[in-house]
Amino acid sequence: MSTIPDNCKFATSHEWVRIDEDGIATVGISDHAQDALGDIVFVDLPEVGATIHAKDEVAVVESVKAASDVYSPVSGEIVEINEELLDAPETVNSVPYDGGWFFKIRLEDAAELDELLDAEAYAEHCEGE
Amino acid sequence: MTNRTSLYQHHLDAGAKMVDFSGWEMPINYGSQIEEHTQVRTAAGVFDVSHMTVVDVSGVDAEAYLQRLLANDVARLDEIGRALYSGMLNDDGGVIDDLIVYRMSFGYRLVVNCATRVKDLRWMALQTTGYAVSVEERPGLGILAIHGPESIERVCQILNDCGREGESEAAAIRALGNFRGVELGDWFVARTGYTGEKGLEVILPAEQAPQLWEALLTGGVKPIGLGARDTLRLEAGMNLYGHDMDETVSPLSANMGFSIAWEPSKRDFVGRAALIAQRAELEAGRLPILTGIVLEERGVLREGQTLTCRDADGIEIGQGVVTSGTFSPTLKHSIALARVPTYTASCDVDLRSKATPVRMVKPNFVRFGKKVFE
Repeated sequence: MSTIPDNCKFATSHEWVRIDEDGIATVGISDHAQDALGDIVFVDLPEVGATIHAKDEVAVVESVKAASDVYSPVSGEIVEINEELLDAPETVNSVPYDGGWFFKIRLEDAAELDELLDAEAYAEHCEGE
Repeated sequence: MTNRTSLYQHHLDAGAKMVDFSGWEMPINYGSQIEEHTQVRTAAGVFDVSHMTVVDVSGVDAEAYLQRLLANDVARLDEIGRALYSGMLNDDGGVIDDLIVYRMSFGYRLVVNCATRVKDLRWMALQTTGYAVSVEERPGLGILAIHGPESIERVCQILNDCGREGESEAAAIRALGNFRGVELGDWFVARTGYTGEKGLEVILPAEQAPQLWEALLTGGVKPIGLGARDTLRLEAGMNLYGHDMDETVSPLSANMGFSIAWEPSKRDFVGRAALIAQRAELEAGRLPILTGIVLEERGVLREGQTLTCRDADGIEIGQGVVTSGTFSPTLKHSIALARVPTYTASCDVDLRSKATPVRMVKPNFVRFGKKVFE
């Protein structure tokens, strides 16, 4: 299992968020999450332009094992989605923190990031599950 | 208490993710279930199914006992080595378990499900009353299933590495027809599979399983977890006990009609009277049936999902339920078995609260690596 990147923040529901530039954040699911789900066969993504709130269900991941909701760790407007996942959902299994990202969002309130876990706290959270 | 097969350490060494399977710690996958699935469809893979229960039946009344115990008729096994699939029913015609029975030189060998082991053994013991028969569980035996288009050749090639009589045993194995087995010393090798591919089951002393496992892996056969075993059997349209049928379900509602030997009519097997009544119900359209369904758009059919069913006139006639569902790695879309009202002609599935049309097909999706339904 790969290490948990320390430039990301994490939700307890296993999504990661990384600030890129200018208040735009990238969101995906953690390595721990993809490992627990097993082979991912479909990913449903939100629509570009949608305004969402933190903890909203914004995407669905279907694996060989189960369907699972993905929650947005932060509020804002969806500005880009990773359309490659529609044809190659297995990318989430192979590179969850890189090519396996789900969507980019224009942050509404950067203070929401303070409520999320850092890499160390997230590692502890996974241990405790 | 958790049970482990003689290959437990070998599974860990191969990178297995272990899960509890009815009290056994078994490999669910060794990394990717889909890659393992494809390996069996295109080459050869090995499953450790030593958790399954082997029961040997012998004695002068062995045949008569099994003719009473099983819905299929062991009298059909006219030669040593032949195999039969059967349900073992209760008096109400519900399915206690489904199993394979082999005719052996000493009598008969049954392989039953591990999840139903305790109740199966109790039921089998109960039914021995009045029969001169010995029913003996064989916990010292392990089972390796080697499946895939290359599987039989791979096994034949490594027999010498396992200290076997390589040439003569390979000839005996290559000569096996489907649903036939052969006793080779302390091994029993049979072509009775659960994947829809060519393959062998090797039933052997558990302490010999590691040597066979290692020889197979060295020979290029890949280890396959129980996750892929489930997607392979579902693509082949085969039932899984506890999901597609159980004691509350008639075998006639579970595609098991082919395994009921109605003739000779004087054979009084357990559940026969109830089945005759169920057959009349089925003919009157009052007994649900198990169908195949496919979803060719995005989404995955899962066990427990509800179906809204309509007859040929488009009139709603009731609800159905998905009994087994998965993403088919071979077809790249979802497939399922579902129990629906008799005259269902079309249906929608409730897919995450959205009514989605699905197509009804014969419950047989993939054989020998190829799509088989229209």
